[in-house]
Amino acid sequence: MTAVQIEIQLVAALVAVTCSLPGVFLILRRMAMMSDAISHAILLGIVLAFFVTRDISSPFLIIAAALTGLLTVSMVELLNRTGLVKEDAAIGLVFPLLFSLGVILISRFAGKVHLDTDAVLLGEIAFAPFNRLELFGYDLGPKALTVMAVILLANLSFIIFFYKELKLATFDAGLAAVLGFSPGIIHYGLMTLVSVTAVGAFDAVGSILVVALMIGPPATAYLFCDRLSSMLTASSLIGVIVAITGYWLAHFLDASISGCMATMAGIIFGLTFLFSPGRGLVAMSLRRVRQRLEFAQTMLVVHLYHHEGLPEEEKENSVEHLHEHLRWRRSFSERVVWFAKERELVERQNGFIILTERGRAAAQKAITG
Amino acid sequence: MEFAALLKNLLFDYTLRTVALGSATLGIVSGALGSFAVLRRQSLLGDGISHAALPGIALAFILTGSKESVVLLLGAGVAGWLGTLVIIGIVRNSRIEDESALGLVLSVFFGFGLVLITFIQKRPDASQAGLDTFLFGQAATLVESDLITMGALGAAALLLMGFFWKEFKLLSFDPDFGSALGFPMRVVDVLLTTLLVIAIVIGLQSVGVVLMSAMVVAPGAAARQWTDRLGVMVGLAALFGALAGVSGALVSSSVPRLSTGPTVVICVSGIVLISILLAPNRGLLWSWLREQANRRQLRVDAVLEDLYILAVKHGDIRRAHSIEVLRTMSIGHGGVDRSLKELVKEGLVSETGEGKWALTPEGFEAGRRLESSGDEER
Repeated sequence: MTAVQIEIQLVAALVAVTCSLPGVFLILRRMAMMSDAISHAILLGIVLAFFVTRDISSPFLIIAAALTGLLTVSMVELLNRTGLVKEDAAIGLVFPLLFSLGVILISRFAGKVHLDTDAVLLGEIAFAPFNRLELFGYDLGPKALTVMAVILLANLSFIIFFYKELKLATFDAGLAAVLGFSPGIIHYGLMTLVSVTAVGAFDAVGSILVVALMIGPPATAYLFCDRLSSMLTASSLIGVIVAITGYWLAHFLDASISGCMATMAGIIFGLTFLFSPGRGLVAMSLRRVRQRLEFAQTMLVVHLYHHEGLPEEEKENSVEHLHEHLRWRRSFSERVVWFAKERELVERQNGFIILTERGRAAAQKAITG
Repeated sequence: MEFAALLKNLLFDYTLRTVALGSATLGIVSGALGSFAVLRRQSLLGDGISHAALPGIALAFILTGSKESVVLLLGAGVAGWLGTLVIIGIVRNSRIEDESALGLVLSVFFGFGLVLITFIQKRPDASQAGLDTFLFGQAATLVESDLITMGALGAAALLLMGFFWKEFKLLSFDPDFGSALGFPMRVVDVLLTTLLVIAIVIGLQSVGVVLMSAMVVAPGAAARQWTDRLGVMVGLAALFGALAGVSGALVSSSVPRLSTGPTVVICVSGIVLISILLAPNRGLLWSWLREQANRRQLRVDAVLEDLYILAVKHGDIRRAHSIEVLRTMSIGHGGVDRSLKELVKEGLVSETGEGKWALTPEGFEAGRRLESSGDEER
């Protein structure tokens, strides 16, 4: 690995972790789409601040973007509070408007400034190592690294300082309000974090990929985590995995790094969704099949037990007859008999099924409870 | 003069006419179908679908090498449709909620689309034009054949909407009742979503991925303020969509370096703002006026009731009281002068000279009615 490659991966991992921390709360508070709205709307803030400072990496841009993020949130709330528009529609009305204003400003003054919508929307992390931070003649690494580290620190300290409050406001907003924690402060605080993170990351990955990193890793972690602390840790880890694998995928495909990172976020989510032990789709369907077989097996042994030693035993307890009596499909009866035989509950004797000692005990237990 | 020139351009300038017609078509179709999304609290689904369409466009181009809008739109439609199915699958089979699933699908599909686009850019035959336009929309690149495609797709979508009107209405307002009646609501849901996908796909070329979501939400949200009837709402939304499309095209054509997509969005946002402020009954101005009228009526009633209480206490209906007494009684209400004037006009109170006021017999009756209705409420 060259130094440039390592630096790109460092920036990518840092961006991913920084994004996934506030993302956890967005998912838990059912506000995932707010990240989409904010990451688009901050374009206006970035453009306006850029016109003033003429410097794409000025810290003033971050402040302006954070303010635009808050403006978005308050506009959505204002619209929502009139009672005339539902919240989802309010989001859908506000951010395209702010985004349009941003796009128009850029295209009106496109000739005079170096700022284009592609860069803002799509980002290019591969350029990150070439924009370096120098202080007193020393090279302090890529500028993006420092910027993201500062934002990560801000996110971390907000979450650590207000951990209890965040937890309470997220899981029991009513109780939080009764106890005197203002839900507004937590809400707007969180939205400020989202805005600042989005503007810090847009340079590297673009505004739409910010959404992928804010939602992908936390949503994946949410599939198997039941504690807030473990969800925060897990989504940070998944973020790092997404960043590194995304980078190498892009390297081998020779394709857009941010696009590959988003793709990896999707793939990792999909794999977890399908194969995570316990709650994954595959584990759940296997469990469902097993439960069905176990239930059928109980039905089988009880049925056999009922007719045991009676004159109709021969007729009732043939494999031929089972599907008729228990209304099973032929193939299913075969599977149930096989399943019960594996567990030594029944035996086959020339076309009949008879209970073993264990089978009899199981049937008695099923009947008496 | 200015306006006449614009009108003349609209009719005779080929580019402007095409752009305006295209924007109007997209406004009508997305406005009408978006109304259902707004009612069903799925406003952001449009945003998701339009982003998810990107890999479909890219794949269609990679597989066929064609830049025909029909082919690309087909790819966009399939991908957008697949995206919504994935969202539904995630929500049904895990604890992830709609919002998160939508955000995830939107960004991941879009990211995958970007990866595909980098492949296209490496191909020698791709000047990549035609694909960029889908990102931000370039209405100016519309040609007559695009219009025909858009018109045919849009007409088909609207026809289907008319055909399944009853089912869609049930789905929007009471899906459980629909299931109880025996309608396959899941199928209806997928059908409506498919039509929405068509509406979005139509608009991608003119206003682009990001701004298409506004064209789904805004006309419906604006139309909702003017009416409580679904039919009127859908019609109005289509009208607003068309209005925004044409005015956006006109404005952007008369101002240099103003792209059509964002201008259309600003126009439609203006329509929403006007509707929220001015729409009769629901609009903010109306509810403010109504509130003022209610307050005035309450103040008038309070003065009338005070006079009645005084009359009863003194056992003398015609006894006059000075305004100071009334002011003291209605502390905090204010506006006693105006209320008295109102009551005099209604013939319930008369001024007996030297600033004293008394109830008329009708006023005493009205006061008694007011008092007893107040008692009942208590």
